[in-house]
Amino acid sequence: MKNNLQFNFTVDKATKTIFIEKEFAAELSLVWDAFTKQEILDQWWAPQPWKSVTKYMDFKIGGRRFYAMVGPEGQEHWSIQQYSSISPKTNFKMLNAFADKDENPDLPGSNWDLNFNEQNGMTKVSITIKNDSLVRMEKMIEMGFKEGFTMTLNHLENLLATLSQK
Amino acid sequence: MRRDIFQAIADPTRRAIIALIALHSMTPNAIAENFKTSRQSISKHLRILTECELVNQEQRGREIYYSLKIEKMKEIDEWLEQYRKIWEARFNQLDEVLLTVKNKKK
Repeated sequence: MKNNLQFNFTVDKATKTIFIEKEFAAELSLVWDAFTKQEILDQWWAPQPWKSVTKYMDFKIGGRRFYAMVGPEGQEHWSIQQYSSISPKTNFKMLNAFADKDENPDLPGSNWDLNFNEQNGMTKVSITIKNDSLVRMEKMIEMGFKEGFTMTLNHLENLLATLSQK
Repeated sequence: MRRDIFQAIADPTRRAIIALIALHSMTPNAIAENFKTSRQSISKHLRILTECELVNQEQRGREIYYSLKIEKMKEIDEWLEQYRKIWEARFNQLDEVLLTVKNKKK
């Protein structure tokens, strides 16, 4: 992390559970929007050079987001996120599964639980991902790294973006 | 049935077997002596560990000796590290997005 915002990532291998904690320098309502509104979500969800393209998103209990990770060669990996519970600006839960382009899910997926809380103008997001199989994770890694994706490039790009705003 | 390493270590008996054979190679009988469960269930766990490619089998005379592929265990960690990096990249991007939105509001 290029800033001193807290980021923790731990894995309980035995139960296939991933715990992620991240602090953001923004107020709760903004961070909540970044996770729950497709126009912001698509700006950051995919690790570069991949892009997140949401076909539709219906953020309500029982609703879903159907989106693709689109690679630099135009390759598409579709996924479905189905929302099982929503407490505005506090928590939402969803089932995440890969899918084909016709929205047929590739089950089993993984269960996500996302908690949000604000303290002194900072927002902490805690994410628990259960039962992500090795196969699923492999696919994620493949998507993130196959295209020569490196942290350095990513930093550089972020830096340029920040500088160009000034 | 696709096996993955997480399945190998998801069961407490299998984790105990891994701990045993990490020290030195053992026959199924010697492994089974450490458990209250049946010899049959130990065989089943060994079969799963084999399918997960986590163990080596070596024939010595009439006995088969099982040992742990230590490098496979290391692989899990290396692998998770990559996954962590994806999240890190994702969040770096979100930090930037939040910054941009905040600047626009000013």
